[in-house]
Amino acid sequence: MSSLAFVLRMAWREGRAAVRRLFLLTVAVAAGVGALVSINSFTDNLRDSVTRQAQSLLGADLAFQSRRTLSPRTEALIDSLDGDVARVTNFGAMTFVPRTSGARLAQVSAVTGAYPFYGEIVTAPAPAWRELQHGQNTVIDPSLLAALSARVGDSLSIGDLRFHIIGTVTSVPGDVGIRSAFGPRVFIPGRYLQATGLLGFGARVEYEAFVRLPDPSEAQGIAAEYRPILRSDRVRVRTVSDDRARLDDALGRLGNFLGLVALVALLLGGLGVASAVHVFIRQKLETVAVLRCIGATSRQVFAIYLVQAAAMGLLGSVTGAAIGIGVQQALPLILADLLPVDVASTPSWTSVALGVGTGLWVALVFALLPLLAVRRVPPLAALRREYEPVSARRDPARWVALAGLAASVLTLAAMQAGNLRYGLAFSGSIAAAIGLLWAAAALLVLLARRRLPATVPYVWRQGIANLHRPANQTTMIVLAIGFGAFLLSTLFLVQHNLLRELSLSGDGRVRPNFVFFDVQSDQREPVEAAIRSAGVTPVPAVPIVPMRLHSMKGRTVAGIAADTLDDDTTHMPANWALRREYRSTYRDTLVGSERLLAGAWRPRRFGPADSGTAVPISIEQELAGDLGVGLGDELVWDVQGALVTSRIASIREVDWARFEPNFFVVFASGALERAPQTFVTMARIDDPALRGGLQRRIAERFPNVTSLDLTMLQAAIEQLVGRVTLAVRFMALFTLATGALVLIGAVATSRFQRVREGALLKTLGATRGQVLRIILAEYLALGVLAAAAAVALSAASGWALARFLFEVPFGFPPGGALAVTAITAGLTVAVGIWGSLEVVRRTPLDVLRAEA
Amino acid sequence: MLRCQQLSRTYLSGGRELTVLKDITFELEPGGFLAIVGPSGSGKTTLLGLLAGLDRPTTGRVVLDGNDLNALDENARARLRGERVGFVFQSFQLVPTLTALENVQVPLELRGERAEARAAELLERVGLAGRGHHYPAQLSGGEQQRVAVARAFANRPRILFADEPTGNLDARTGHMIVELMAELNRDLATTLVLVTHDPDLAARARRTIRLADGVIVGDSNRSESAA
Repeated sequence: MSSLAFVLRMAWREGRAAVRRLFLLTVAVAAGVGALVSINSFTDNLRDSVTRQAQSLLGADLAFQSRRTLSPRTEALIDSLDGDVARVTNFGAMTFVPRTSGARLAQVSAVTGAYPFYGEIVTAPAPAWRELQHGQNTVIDPSLLAALSARVGDSLSIGDLRFHIIGTVTSVPGDVGIRSAFGPRVFIPGRYLQATGLLGFGARVEYEAFVRLPDPSEAQGIAAEYRPILRSDRVRVRTVSDDRARLDDALGRLGNFLGLVALVALLLGGLGVASAVHVFIRQKLETVAVLRCIGATSRQVFAIYLVQAAAMGLLGSVTGAAIGIGVQQALPLILADLLPVDVASTPSWTSVALGVGTGLWVALVFALLPLLAVRRVPPLAALRREYEPVSARRDPARWVALAGLAASVLTLAAMQAGNLRYGLAFSGSIAAAIGLLWAAAALLVLLARRRLPATVPYVWRQGIANLHRPANQTTMIVLAIGFGAFLLSTLFLVQHNLLRELSLSGDGRVRPNFVFFDVQSDQREPVEAAIRSAGVTPVPAVPIVPMRLHSMKGRTVAGIAADTLDDDTTHMPANWALRREYRSTYRDTLVGSERLLAGAWRPRRFGPADSGTAVPISIEQELAGDLGVGLGDELVWDVQGALVTSRIASIREVDWARFEPNFFVVFASGALERAPQTFVTMARIDDPALRGGLQRRIAERFPNVTSLDLTMLQAAIEQLVGRVTLAVRFMALFTLATGALVLIGAVATSRFQRVREGALLKTLGATRGQVLRIILAEYLALGVLAAAAAVALSAASGWALARFLFEVPFGFPPGGALAVTAITAGLTVAVGIWGSLEVVRRTPLDVLRAEA
Repeated sequence: MLRCQQLSRTYLSGGRELTVLKDITFELEPGGFLAIVGPSGSGKTTLLGLLAGLDRPTTGRVVLDGNDLNALDENARARLRGERVGFVFQSFQLVPTLTALENVQVPLELRGERAEARAAELLERVGLAGRGHHYPAQLSGGEQQRVAVARAFANRPRILFADEPTGNLDARTGHMIVELMAELNRDLATTLVLVTHDPDLAARARRTIRLADGVIVGDSNRSESAA
């Protein structure tokens, strides 16, 4: 008992000096905990908001959804539920304002009934939503209003009808803000739907029915009971809790991902802790020895410093939690456009408590390794100043501490990632990155050991030589800078590759940037003529033949689907592949986004002589896998009621990320020419004014043809990617900050030694310039190597992420990599010089007085 | 060789002016051997610092080998030291991250000279031929000071300043260091200025200046001329 009191009292007295010495530890922990608390508290808020707003997200208790008009069975079910029913029919259509001649593709929703039953669609002016049904009215997305240069009160043409714009939509439950960039909303009364004339052949329409039940608690039971039957009618049923689970899942993953980025910051902070404690202990060796001389046990001495490290870690954690709560206020601003719910920023005390606990734990676990050295200081060290702790390799406690460290990192990663596998992958990657950076540092030391030729100026030789001298800081600095740069460079590479993939002209080919959909057979000629009259040559139109799978290898889809209800479903074809509507095409050649994997491409036309035999088709590889079919298998298609037999002649890989019409199934030409079909016509038009004019003319003459300006879509996607990367970068900023702290710490570690050395060199005749150049050489070498190693590592991780997670081809931009290297090296040199300014300022007389 | 006139140095300490040196004037001929002695706090080290241009006097001036130090900026003074001045410190002051050989090379390298052969020769001369690749931490105090002496003579200085060069050494090792410096003074005609407590060392000097409370209270030269 008295021993504990002694430890605590000593820790307190001794700690007055420790506060200053361990300041870096505190700040490093604070930065990491701040990142962690902000993101976890935010995720908690998000989950709360989803739970609270789930009902209004769906707007009803039950929703039925189909790509075709709801089946009679579904209608009968809806009738039998005895609830309130509202219907919404969604389709894409060109909107056109005659007054301004503005034309733009929009997402039209035709509404019947009191939709939504829960939550509300907010409009400006407020009564507009109620008045929508009282005439040929429409309320539209404000961004669409702006794009059409229209104002409330204007007429809006949709198909064959003109609607009166009576207001704008401020918010729709469940809509994410960025949605308006992809398909701005237009609401019209449901009773005018047919009269628009836009539900013709080939139109992509989604029919929804929303039901408010007399007893909402029955929703889940009803959905579960009827889902299998409705599925065979290609109707999807959704309930409030379905939606909530899906959202929780998606948002949870976003939270987990950002949380992992925050965890990196905390682990880097741990590195800072280890380095701060290491230095602290070195300065304390004499005190430790004296304490041992006057009778303290090694266990007591160890406890004194452990208590100090814990106290500083706790201080850092609490500070960090406070920072985290502050930062949390900023997160909704950054992520607002991506979230389907409004998020209130209230501190989540669970996250705060967890964050403080985690911070304290990380501080302790990382402090333990360097602290163990205290136990090995013999009393004799009080007499011999140069004494260094004996080698630690044999100390079993060291291995225990190392194992505890590894287990802690793994546990934290698994907790933050949400499952053990990701936790393992994360810890593994961190360990690999640290290991490789360590190796890079070792390599640098090895290179520095080789003498530079005497022709290199002395200051450079001295600076480089400092890298391998006793008590050098090479490893610590390479790890600190390298890790931060590695993370940022990986983010940069991922973003670069995602955006490059979406670019319309990235690979040197000029790709079309303007697309007309739903061009009917008889409109193909006049549409192409209209494009030509604008002075542009259209790309040959691509035919689209809608069809469904009828049978496969001799068994009907209905029969296969019935079997999936049996117990063994593992080898069954995936449901989506069996039931979806295929929009296939026919042609003779492969296109740029395709690559043949197996079989042979048949350039030969399928002529009249071949009638009665199966049509050769090429099928996309993942679809082939999901259907469980291979080369030579026979598939029968239902093409608007006519059965067409086909045989798989080849399997293709398709790069779906390209803005090009891509297809699961491509038929040999000659077989489908007379089937009902629509066309996609594309062109490259670089002049925005020309694009706008053409869009207007086509919208006026062919209201059913929708046109899409890919340049705008691309801008919208860039905005989306930009939003996501902004959020990730924001969290990565913490990592950078912690990395900078560790860097500053490492520089500060050797500052004392450097100040003395600098003053001594000046006494021996070195000018300030020479002293500065020595420091410059050292940090330049450190920075360049750490950055280069980090960029090389990030190339590997960026490649892995692009290949396996985002599934886009990987490209390495040398310019960007060079910039990252230069910035990192510059930063290192700046911090190094800044930390050594005292060296330059001090007069050489200090050396004479060093002993005083 | 070395001339100082009305040298004074005051420090501001806790808001009060503290005069450490007052009105120091003397002159030392080339090849001379001067010991500055006096009790702790008498201003010995401060005087040495001013003579070597490591610090600026409050008033008065120092002329070192024909150069008025007041007229030179810090970099120019550093260059002057690099070319004509050598140093030996009480606490050796080797660069801990450089080997013995590299420490000896530093003054020459700073001037851009190839220095390895000369450094090796100097180390041999101070009896450390085999220890060139050891770091200071691997050498005993006496060995470290011998490296420091070798370094001090590396640039063939016209004048050598030494601050308690034997202060941290036992009597025998200290004696060896003194012999070494005297020998080099003789062979290379280097002017020696040293601050010391060591009566044995002071006795070997050809001239002794005694300081107390920042003023010269005794000068063997002057007393000789007075006699």
